[in-house]
Parts: sequence; structure tokens; C-alpha cells
Amino acid sequence: MNDFYIILTASLVASSCALLGCFLILRRMAMVGDAISHAVLPGIVLAFLFSGSRDSVTMLIGAGLIGVFTTFLIEFFHKKARLQTDAAIGVTFTWLFAVGVVLISIFAGKVDLDQDCVLYGEIAYVPLDVIISPAGANLGPKAIYVMGFVLTVIIIFIVTGYKELFLTTFDPAYASAIGISTSLWHYLLMSAVSVTTVSSFESVGAILVVALLIAPAATAYLLTDNFKWMLALACTAGVLASLTGYYFAVWLDGSIAGAIAAMSGIIFGLAMVFSPTHGLFFKKLRQVAH
Amino acid sequence: MAPETNVPALEVHDLTVAFDRKPVLWNIDLVIPQGKIVGIVGPNGAGKSTLIKSIMGLLPLSSGYTKLFDQSLNDVRNKISYVPQRESVDWDFPASVMDVVLMGRYSRLGLFKRPRKADRDVALDCLRKVGMEAFANRQISQLSGGQQQRTFLARALAQQADVYFMDEPFAGVDAATEKTIITLLRTMAQSGKTVIVVHHDLQSVTNYFDWVIMLNTRLIASGPTAETFTQENLQETYGGKLTLLADVGDLIRRENFPQREKRI
Repeated sequence: MNDFYIILTASLVASSCALLGCFLILRRMAMVGDAISHAVLPGIVLAFLFSGSRDSVTMLIGAGLIGVFTTFLIEFFHKKARLQTDAAIGVTFTWLFAVGVVLISIFAGKVDLDQDCVLYGEIAYVPLDVIISPAGANLGPKAIYVMGFVLTVIIIFIVTGYKELFLTTFDPAYASAIGISTSLWHYLLMSAVSVTTVSSFESVGAILVVALLIAPAATAYLLTDNFKWMLALACTAGVLASLTGYYFAVWLDGSIAGAIAAMSGIIFGLAMVFSPTHGLFFKKLRQVAH
Repeated sequence: MAPETNVPALEVHDLTVAFDRKPVLWNIDLVIPQGKIVGIVGPNGAGKSTLIKSIMGLLPLSSGYTKLFDQSLNDVRNKISYVPQRESVDWDFPASVMDVVLMGRYSRLGLFKRPRKADRDVALDCLRKVGMEAFANRQISQLSGGQQQRTFLARALAQQADVYFMDEPFAGVDAATEKTIITLLRTMAQSGKTVIVVHHDLQSVTNYFDWVIMLNTRLIASGPTAETFTQENLQETYGGKLTLLADVGDLIRRENFPQREKRI
């Protein structure tokens, strides 16, 4: 049963990340996802200090705000200080991340947060943190409820805003011309990324979540030319990475989160070589056939 | 509902746009009647694209205001369509021609609603008008430059707007596409639509446009092509560069050089 809980949690995390990752890579904002996942650290710590609990809702709000603040700072440095986007990202997220590290070390005594846990996550402990009903029945791990909720919210967000997200990603200038606010959808998407990152940090860690944000989406990008299929394939790739990653870790007796991220990289590599449309293997085959 | 025909399609008053305190457009004042095909010409960096973008509210104005059909921009958004420069988007995006043309229907649909059969029919009809109906399910990454431009045009048509702003629709397209586009523009103008086109091929101006806006940061002239597109105004718009251009023009006519690279 524990195996199942761990794989389910990882799959939920991977699917949420994969869906958002598709938009991020098509907007050429993969590194913004990276930045947010690091920069939410001070948000997590501050939310904890203010509320005094590791209650997920407070953390989500705290980190969500910091995530949006991060994208705002990046835009600000880019537009007002005329800094290149990548430099703006580099300055912003390392700085916020560092603030988070300092905060954790200062309040280490009071804060029930462990740097290793925040950075690398510990998905193996997921089955231990269960919800017990008032009657005393075991309702299953808390992480599954949290991630299930987050995934549902993201699916609702993408389904209802599909047209707007699709258009603002493909052609922002046209979107503004016909009266669709590009900045509104930009910030909504970034909030979704922040919330996902934060809710995932307990299980896969703040750093490895980046792998799940980008690798499955990049894999799907190589496999299809249809955006809806890309979303579906990205989720599939994420779930596949979770499943194989878990057994890989068990076999190695190593870090589960690390193995999952490693597997998502390997799946990307396979897509790179064997994709029917973009793959190196079939390209070579077609060249030889000619 | 079509607006009253005697109301000007577009009015621009005292428009100034600056980037970093450097003016790109200076004190532009003009009025465009309805049902015209309007060309905006001027040298590189004259602010041609900036002009249409600021009219559509995509760029902040330093001063001045614009009116469309005597109303403010936000009241008539749904009557405005835009064809951006072809290079402004990523054509490797995972989308089909149909997906892109359907975007033209989004502003009518509003939030939460999906395109319906009726929207698909309009989109297909617009693809037919640009001669692309056979490509509806084609991946946009597989299109040629001309086909990309036609797709963008079909998207704008699908919006069923009254004023169309087009940013260099003739740039880098094949001869057949150029012909399709100009035929289409004429049909649109006949049915009372106003089309405002950023253009930089001076040779075709008199042939294509009823009305011309000559721009070089300041407005040099705006009026019917026959009266406005004169040697004098050209000289003023292009400054010293025009003598060279005129020479090149003569040379082209004499030697019968191809006027542009024709890709078919």
C-alpha cells in the first residue's frame, strides 16, 4: 500500500507540473518556472513564521504571493532596469532563495523546517503523514489530498481558460489587440506555477520539482504537433517517470525523488531519439531511405 | 450592425509616442474615412508599426488620443482586427491552421465558451476566401511564408471586424499570395471595411491603395493616393535617401529587374 501511495503522490505532482510546463516551455519561460520554484522558499518560511503551523493552506498562500512577486520582480528588472530577461531571472531567484536559506538558518530552532527536506523533499515519508477521521479511521496520506486538490484546480483552470491561455501563449500581441489581457493570464499562470511548486515541495523538494515542470512537457513537445495531445502526453510522461522512478529507487535503494527526476530525463532522452516526427533515429532512417 | 458611413473610421489627434524619452511618433493628426484601403509608408524606423500598435492600444501613448467610429477604443474593440507581422510568432507552435483561424472567433465567444460548429463554419469560409481550405488541418510548422500570411489573414477575417490593421502583409510572400491578398482587400473595401496596411514597397503604392499615410516620425501627408503620393511628399518622407531610391526605381524599370524575390 505504501508503494501505491508514494507512486500516486508522485504522479499527482508530476501531472500538475507537466500541464503547466507545457505552457511554460511554449512561452519560452522554462527558466521562470525554475526561478519560481526556488524563490518560493522565503514565502514558505515566512508563512510558517506568521502562522506558526505547517498548515498547507497558509503555505500555499504565502508561496503563491511570493511566486507572483518573483515574476513581477523579473518583469520589473527587465523593463525598468533594462536588464536582459535571463540576467533578471538569475538575480531575482538566487536572491530570494538565499533570503529563504538565511531565514531557515536563523529560525532553525523555532521552525520545523529542514533545509534538506525543503530542497530535496522526502517522498518516502508521504505514507506516514496520514489524515485520521474523527472516528479514528485512517483516510490515507495528507499529501494525496493536497496534491489531488491542486491537480483538480489546475485542470479546472486550464479547461476554463483554455482559449485565453492558448492565444496569449501563441500570439500575445493579437490577444491584446482583441482585448484579452495578456498580463492577467500571465500572472494567473504564474500563480498556478507557484502554488504547484509549493505544494510539491514537501514530496519532491523545491529543486527536483523543476525537472517535473520541464522534462515531461519537453518530451511531449517532441512527440506531437497538437497542443491538446501535448498536454495529455506530458501527463503520461510524468506518470511514467513516477512509476519507473519509484522502482528504480527501490532497486538502487536510493532517493526516490532523485530517481523520478532522473527517469523523466531518461524518458526525454528516449523521445529525443525515437520520436516519430522529430526523433534523431527516424530522421536518420529517412535520410538513409532516400 | 454597420456604423454610419459618414463617421470617419479612424481619427488620431496629437498622437505622440516615445520610448525612453525619444519620440518615435510626433504629433500625428489624421482622419481616415470608411471603406478605404490605406497604406502607411515611410523609411525604416519611421514609426509605421508603432502607429498602428498605438492606435490599437498595444503601446502607451505619451500624449494625444484616437477614436474609431467616433468612439473610444474600448467601446469598439470587437470591430477591430489585427494582422501582426508574420515573424512575430513561433510557427513551430503545436497548432493547426484551423486552431489559428478559430482564434479570430475568441473575442466573440467570451470567457469559458468553446468554439461551436458555427464558428468552425465561419473559419472554414474565411480559409476558402484566402484559398487555404485544403490546409485547414495542416500543422502550421509545415506552411510556407505565403501560407502563413494567408492563415493570419483568415484569422482576421474570421473576426468579422470593421477596421483591419495589417503589419506588412506583403513582406516576403510569393506573387500568388500577394495577388490573393490585394483582391481580398479590394472586396473588403467594397463592402465598407477599412483596411490599414503598413507597407514598404513604394512601387505598388499607387496600384494598391486608395489612401496613403506618409510618415517619418512626423506625419508628412495623409490623403487620397492620387493627390498625396507625390514626388514632393516622397522627397520629404524619405529625405536624401529618395534620390537614391528614385535612381534604383528607374534602373529597375529600364533593366526590367524582378522587383522582389518571388518564391512560389
